Amino acid sequence: MSVILVFLALITAIAGWWLSRQRLMSKPWLEVGPVTAFPETEAPIMHPAKIGLGVFLAVVGALFALMISAYFMRMVYADWQAAPVPQLLWLNTAMLVLASVALQCAVVAAHKGQRDNLRLALLAGALTSTVFLGGQLLAWRDLAAQGYFATENPAVSFFYLITAMHGLHIIGGLVALGRTNVRAWRGESSAHLVLSTELCAMYWHVLLIVWLVLFAVLMGWAADFIDICRRLLS
Amino acid sequence: MVDVTPHGADLIPPAEVGEMDLYHPHSWWTKYVFSQDAKVIAIQYSGTAMAIGLVALVLSWLMRLQLGFPGTFDFITPEAYYQFMTMHGMIMVIYLLTALFLGGFGNYLIPLMVGARDMVFPYVNMLSYWIYLVAVLVLVSSFFAPGGPTGAGWTLYPPQAITSGTPGGQDWGIILMLVSLILFIIGFTMGGLNYVVTVLQARTRGMTLMRMPLTVWGIFTATVMALLAFPALFVACVMMLFDRIIGSSFFMPAMVEMGEQSPHNGGSPIMFQHLFWFFGHPEVYIVALPAFGIVSDLISTHARKNIFGYRMMVWAIVGIGALSFVVWAHHMYVSGMHPYFGFFFATTTLIIAVPTAIKVYNWVLTLWRGDIHLTLPMLFALAFIVTFVNGGLTGLFLGNVVVDVPLSDTMFVVAHFHMVMGVAPIMVVFGAIYHWYPKIIGRMLNEAMGRFHFWVTFVGAYLIFFPMHYVGLVGVPRRYPELGDTAFIPPSVHTLNEFITIAALTVGFAQMVFLFNLFWSLRNGKDAGDNPWRATSLEWQTAGTPPPHGNFGKELPVVYRWAYDYSVPGAPEDFIPQNDPRPATQGGPA
Repeated sequence: MSVILVFLALITAIAGWWLSRQRLMSKPWLEVGPVTAFPETEAPIMHPAKIGLGVFLAVVGALFALMISAYFMRMVYADWQAAPVPQLLWLNTAMLVLASVALQCAVVAAHKGQRDNLRLALLAGALTSTVFLGGQLLAWRDLAAQGYFATENPAVSFFYLITAMHGLHIIGGLVALGRTNVRAWRGESSAHLVLSTELCAMYWHVLLIVWLVLFAVLMGWAADFIDICRRLLS
Repeated sequence: MVDVTPHGADLIPPAEVGEMDLYHPHSWWTKYVFSQDAKVIAIQYSGTAMAIGLVALVLSWLMRLQLGFPGTFDFITPEAYYQFMTMHGMIMVIYLLTALFLGGFGNYLIPLMVGARDMVFPYVNMLSYWIYLVAVLVLVSSFFAPGGPTGAGWTLYPPQAITSGTPGGQDWGIILMLVSLILFIIGFTMGGLNYVVTVLQARTRGMTLMRMPLTVWGIFTATVMALLAFPALFVACVMMLFDRIIGSSFFMPAMVEMGEQSPHNGGSPIMFQHLFWFFGHPEVYIVALPAFGIVSDLISTHARKNIFGYRMMVWAIVGIGALSFVVWAHHMYVSGMHPYFGFFFATTTLIIAVPTAIKVYNWVLTLWRGDIHLTLPMLFALAFIVTFVNGGLTGLFLGNVVVDVPLSDTMFVVAHFHMVMGVAPIMVVFGAIYHWYPKIIGRMLNEAMGRFHFWVTFVGAYLIFFPMHYVGLVGVPRRYPELGDTAFIPPSVHTLNEFITIAALTVGFAQMVFLFNLFWSLRNGKDAGDNPWRATSLEWQTAGTPPPHGNFGKELPVVYRWAYDYSVPGAPEDFIPQNDPRPATQGGPA
């Protein structure tokens, strides 16, 4: 359970930093009047949708941290046989990186009001993500063709479970990205479009980071890394 | 009362909170059924939760009938008993308490108390309720599925949860249970995002975090915890569903079942326990923190006194929220863990008692020399404090490994758990309903029926659960549908079991009176007016009762003070609403 605890420590640190700016030491029973504290008067108000997505991504992070925790917990048993990782995953990873880059370009284009570039970048993001999903399916087929089914051994089950869960999140994101694409082609009001583009980019960046961590875990690098840490500590 | 401005913060005008675009319903359907108004959603959540809670209540009677008078009722077979037990536990903890506190009270009170027109994502909020309803329906459908609902116990421990010896294990029962939980978590996440972002973003002008009523603090912190803890249950449910349906081996070890080698191989049941309790322990506080917050407000309002140690109360809520994530393994002392591991978790468990005790002291000190009105909400709040202290003390017993190991599988645990997490929060639920019903409906609940309900429930709960502690200490194991002739169990246990059953049925009857009161008072209750309890927080200062769509009038209220200005010296009235701009000496309602 160490992975989820590290993740929670991170969340606690962020929450603690935020709370420390909320004047938790103030004495509300002495303060009467329309006065509010500095942070509330000065902080630019972020759009609620961004905060909402941020909170949701924290939940997603907890979900994957728990899955990795379970993976490591199972890994220490003697009968663990790591699954062979299809080489195709490298290509898929590259596709997801491209998608993230494309969406970042879309954000830049949206801010500058370059409508054509925005359309192009959004489309590129959606296409590369679809290719990523297709690639994941091919990787599953590859694995199944070698005789590794989900019931074969726990490591293989974990591979299918983790990639499926990540893929489902990408599919969910594609729905939102698809709607953003439609909006961009219809030429709707730009403020709304900028927001949707930013939200999509934020979601994709986080899912990319999640995937890179999952990739490291599935490849076995993460276990090696933890092993080194453990040796350094003991 | 001195009017002081904090050092360095002169009269800076508070940040303007933008008006939100409200969705206005156009038809009966979008106004009352597929409504995006948090107040309607709150009532839908509460109604559904109470309806399914009623099912769980009936299941508890059936269990008690079996324990009190074993063998009298033919249809309560051991399998049926396990099914009743599982469904009773799961419904009460998740589908009733979690849904009622967060979905019900959270939806109703957060926007009103922080001075918002509605939740920030009303559409998502609506979806949250409908997914919850589907989850409840899936759960109910398992009663009618072949093989009946699952009888795996509310903790659903593998491997027994999906083996053929357990009711529903190889039938539909466990699948429907897992699917229902997954749906519940998805629906809750949607609602939870709303509660958190509304508190963060939609507070009205002047409503700093430290001016929020403790009810909002409790619900807010509990929601954050739930958002981080429910994924653990989600992962566990998905993995068990894989094990059950496609035959993978996340949790299922190699074993021989009914004389045959099972297809599973190499899974780890302990892993499920870790995941389950990583959710399960925060869940206790997900239910308790809203109760803590609500009870603080009830006590302060009905004792006409400011809450003692407001800051400490807030810090304690946050502290409990953080600590509750590092105590989960105290539910697993008997799973054969490393002694140092148990030592660590026993220590954190006892540490969490410190902020909890601070809260209890502060409630008592709020009552000290207060102008206590023994109204129905106050009676229930007092009952909560007493019950919570009682249940909490036995928690200190069970938090220690050496005491827990012999007691873990006895009725003592059942008694402890029901006192601290069953009776105590339910007392707050009742108190809160008696307190806010006048705002929701515009009429008071009937006083005579309410007092009958209170005394029977309060005294009855003790008649049920105090003897149960003794029964547990004698060594009566939990989970057994029938004791039979066992040498170490004295005859007094059988007499006590009959007594407990009669008390349980009586308390159950009192709940029917309460439900009748809810409906009867809709038409026949006394007119409540806008602020029957003369309370300070914003939900009592709305533009009408029940609050209209959009909650407040043309302008959102501006907050000038904290929520606990009761009996301020020199003030003409004994309460000053949060949106009253005048200094205390001239303040108070005109």
